[in-house]
Amino acid sequence: MSSLTSQTFVDRLIRENFKFFTGVPCSLLSGVISHLEEVEDAKYIPSVREDSAVGLCAGAYLSGALPVLLMQNSGLGYCLNAFTSLNLIYRIPVLVIMSWRGQGGKDAPEHIIMGDISQKLLETAGMDYSVLKPENFDQVLATAMQKINEEKLPYTLIIEKGLFDERH
Amino acid sequence: MKGTEAFQELLPLLGDEPVVHANGFICRESFNLKDRPENFYMIGSMGLASSIGLGVALCKPDRKVIVLDGDGNVLMALGTLAMIAAEAPKNLVHVVIDNEVYESTGKQRTLSNTVPLEKIAKSSGYREVARVDKKEDIKPAFEKMLNSQGPGFLLIKVEPCFDHKTGRVTHTPEEITERFMKSLH
Repeated sequence: MSSLTSQTFVDRLIRENFKFFTGVPCSLLSGVISHLEEVEDAKYIPSVREDSAVGLCAGAYLSGALPVLLMQNSGLGYCLNAFTSLNLIYRIPVLVIMSWRGQGGKDAPEHIIMGDISQKLLETAGMDYSVLKPENFDQVLATAMQKINEEKLPYTLIIEKGLFDERH
Repeated sequence: MKGTEAFQELLPLLGDEPVVHANGFICRESFNLKDRPENFYMIGSMGLASSIGLGVALCKPDRKVIVLDGDGNVLMALGTLAMIAAEAPKNLVHVVIDNEVYESTGKQRTLSNTVPLEKIAKSSGYREVARVDKKEDIKPAFEKMLNSQGPGFLLIKVEPCFDHKTGRVTHTPEEITERFMKSLH
């Protein structure tokens, strides 16, 4: 049994001082977002588009907060201009929690292409990421914190189907 | 009124408020007329000045925060107007310099000659909304907005007049981040 749940995940992020959450939902992240809406120590702001969420996170970071952006990988396309012409050149970090639809080509048709290329897109943009597993959480979080605090760059945690509970 | 005249009226009214600037001529006019550490010049990421400003306003509730936006940027991110209205930060003033064109790329028309942006803001739920067409109305309208509970939306209708010889922002993006963050502490 893994001890990584929506609740332990969110609580750990809050302990690392991530208290500003925004994004566009995905069913794979529904449990995480439900928990965020319940906790008092963090704020979850619904964004209308993923790139607006990037902007919102940038403003939060500039004001001294540590922001988290939650989205499906379908939102990555919308975000690429914001990542490349804002975050990467201004050194404005953000922790991105990105669900992986279309993994292994087994999903609804609209997810297949992006499911195949989302990691390649991140690599092409020079953006580091890890696929989150229950057993590597401590290690990838440490890597993410180093990226965010030292290099001031975004870091993405990719969430596979089944990692977190879904509430819908 | 010409776009430059709107900036000449508006910028002397600023104190220490952080101002998030939309890309294009908005950044360049403001930088050349009155550069200040509290200015965040968004040189890329078109459409996001409003969401960046919303993030600052939510995390710095004790500071008045200004977004200096353009009509092209607002139209690109109309959904952000809904986010601002929903979060309703009392300390946010959204100023839009509306010249009805994408001025820095050669004056191609936007849609704001037929779609009134101030009405969209009003119906989205901004608390204070005003539109000014005359230079002399900027000062009273902006000061009223600064002293009212936000979110406020001030639309300033201008004629395009951007001189392409106007220099670009010379600070590097990293310098812009650094000094803006320092000014917020």
